[in-house]
Amino acid sequence: MRLLLDLARGMLARRRRQTLVSVTGVALGVAFFIAIASLMRGFQTYFIQQVIDVQPHIVIKDETRTPPAQAAELAITDGAVSINGVKPRDRVRGIRASGEKLDILEAMPGVAAAPILTGPALLRYGARDLSVTITGIDPQRYRRVANLEKDMIQGRLEDLRSAANGLIIGSTLAYRLGVQLGDTVIAVSPRGVTLQMKIVGIFHTGLVSLDQTQGYALLKVNQVLQDRSNVVNQILLRLDDVTQAEPLARRIEARFGDRTESWEEQNRNILTVFVIQNAIMYSVTGAILLVAAFGIYNIISTVVFEKTRDIAILKSLGFTEGDIQALFLLQGAIAGLLGAVLGCLLGQAMIEGLAQVRFATETPAGNDRFMLAQDWRIFAVASGFAVVSAGIAAVIPARRAARLDPVQIVRGAA
Amino acid sequence: MTLLVAESVTKRLAEGVTLVSDIDLRVDGGEFVAITGPSGSGKSSLLYLLGLLDRPTSGRVLLEGQDTASLAPPALAALRLARLGFVFQFHFLLPEFSALDNVLIPIRRRGVLKPAEAEARAMSLLGALGLADDARKLPEQLSGGMRQRVAIARALANDPVLLLADEPTGNLDTKNAAAVFDIFARLAQEDGRAVLVVTHDADLAHRATRRVHLVDGRIVSDERG
Ligand SMILES: Nc1ncnc2c1ncn2[C@@H]1O[C@H](COP(=O)(O)OP(=O)(O)OP(=O)(O)O)[C@@H](O)[C@H]1O
Ligand SMILES: [Mg+2]
Repeated sequence: MRLLLDLARGMLARRRRQTLVSVTGVALGVAFFIAIASLMRGFQTYFIQQVIDVQPHIVIKDETRTPPAQAAELAITDGAVSINGVKPRDRVRGIRASGEKLDILEAMPGVAAAPILTGPALLRYGARDLSVTITGIDPQRYRRVANLEKDMIQGRLEDLRSAANGLIIGSTLAYRLGVQLGDTVIAVSPRGVTLQMKIVGIFHTGLVSLDQTQGYALLKVNQVLQDRSNVVNQILLRLDDVTQAEPLARRIEARFGDRTESWEEQNRNILTVFVIQNAIMYSVTGAILLVAAFGIYNIISTVVFEKTRDIAILKSLGFTEGDIQALFLLQGAIAGLLGAVLGCLLGQAMIEGLAQVRFATETPAGNDRFMLAQDWRIFAVASGFAVVSAGIAAVIPARRAARLDPVQIVRGAA
Repeated sequence: MTLLVAESVTKRLAEGVTLVSDIDLRVDGGEFVAITGPSGSGKSSLLYLLGLLDRPTSGRVLLEGQDTASLAPPALAALRLARLGFVFQFHFLLPEFSALDNVLIPIRRRGVLKPAEAEARAMSLLGALGLADDARKLPEQLSGGMRQRVAIARALANDPVLLLADEPTGNLDTKNAAAVFDIFARLAQEDGRAVLVVTHDADLAHRATRRVHLVDGRIVSDERG
């Protein structure tokens, strides 16, 4: 209603300075919210992006979520059976029928799958011994689920095939062993197999744990080294649509029975930290906006108090209680809206300021600046929150205004 | 034609104070009624009851034959907007709006006229009250008599059948007060409205066509001519 809007504007314009103070309060709340939210969101998105980039989206493991039922439990299904000290059955561990499962997985649209066998080994070069984890891969498939190719600093993934027992190792590992491309090391597995392996590639991820202890060989070679022929102990999946990871993992686990973990499950602890972070952020900025809302409450109350005569005359002219209430809610909303607009501009300025900051650190991932999310939804949430809280803050004085009895006011003024 | 009827209207406050009791009154279109009485006799209280700003504790008020006792607050507000006009002792103009905008408020609230028609109507009302040149001024830029005339223009904005004024000349000098009463007389005479004016001033009361005298919340005399 244009008339109410004009009246609301006129009443607020009269208290310009006080209006400005309340509007600034709201604006600061909105701006801080925007700045903090885009910092947090930016970092979280960056982090998740890294995780999604580096890790497979789904890992199928050679274990089950619950230990297999024991014979006694199967025999006496309705009895109270307690079995202690269960020793694992000495079976060959590994994903059963991995070939068929691989076929099924690869038939799914938007899914790339790679079988691997990981196992420990000791690398010996001259007098140096270092224990490592060797992952046996099929380069053709593995390149579709992992970024190893991108991280290669010497040699290529295909070179694994060129040598008899090719090995790709991390940069730190190479440095500590003192080996270079083309050198031959001796690998010894816990099962006692010894292989002469030729270094055909060196990678550098920036993640110490990988660069220091990882090695890659052909799947077949590692199966020989680990003395586990034809065994695959993990299948790694990469999806076109990461958001499908969790539901797909559940479907695969239900179908195959093998424990299947999505990247979300594998990083649950960190994702939980994000939830807590977000909760803290929302409460802090919520508190700021609460203070801002008190500012709005204050100005609307003041206007109502000062405008009792005008309220009385409007009512005597035929304005309803609803009109009067709307008039003051509108004033709250105007103050909230002004604050939101100002806050968005201020928030944008803060983001741009933060984006100029550079850290003097040398992190492996090369991020020397704040990761900032530029998401219109942050602005929308902040503005919406400001306008709504301003509206709510105006409700109490607006209702008081609506209930004023014009007769008493007119009497009092005469 | 009978515009307004009060049937044994009584107003008592919760504390037991009686403001007016047993008021019976009929007012026709074209009548200019002055309500007089000593201070505290209930003149204002009666005007608020007849103007549907207040509800009687017992008895009823009929406007144009319609019983207002059963109406909900929004319906009463609608009647005040379309059929009634109020003028108070204090002008009660909204200080941040010009004379013209003040007169436009009830017209716009009613929403029947288009913006251009509304403005034309407001201007003609102000013009008829001798304020054509002051329409764009803020209330604080006007004299007391001018403000009261703007308030009258605002009360007439939606062409009410009944105009109620509570000591509208209380803050005015004799010349301005007489001018306001002339306006009221003209409004009753020429447009067939009913005009009810509370006044202390016996001379002014004699310009009205009828004088209702209150004492202690009761009508003690009702004379015409
Ligand atoms: N809310 C109230 N509480 C107590 N007494 C009240 C209240 N309102 C009015 N009165 C009393 O009721 C009586 C009638 O008041 P009212 O204002 O109608 O008189 P009035 O004739 O208009 O007087 P005045 O000429 O001084 O304006 C007065 O004695 C007044 O003090
Ligand atoms: Mg009075």
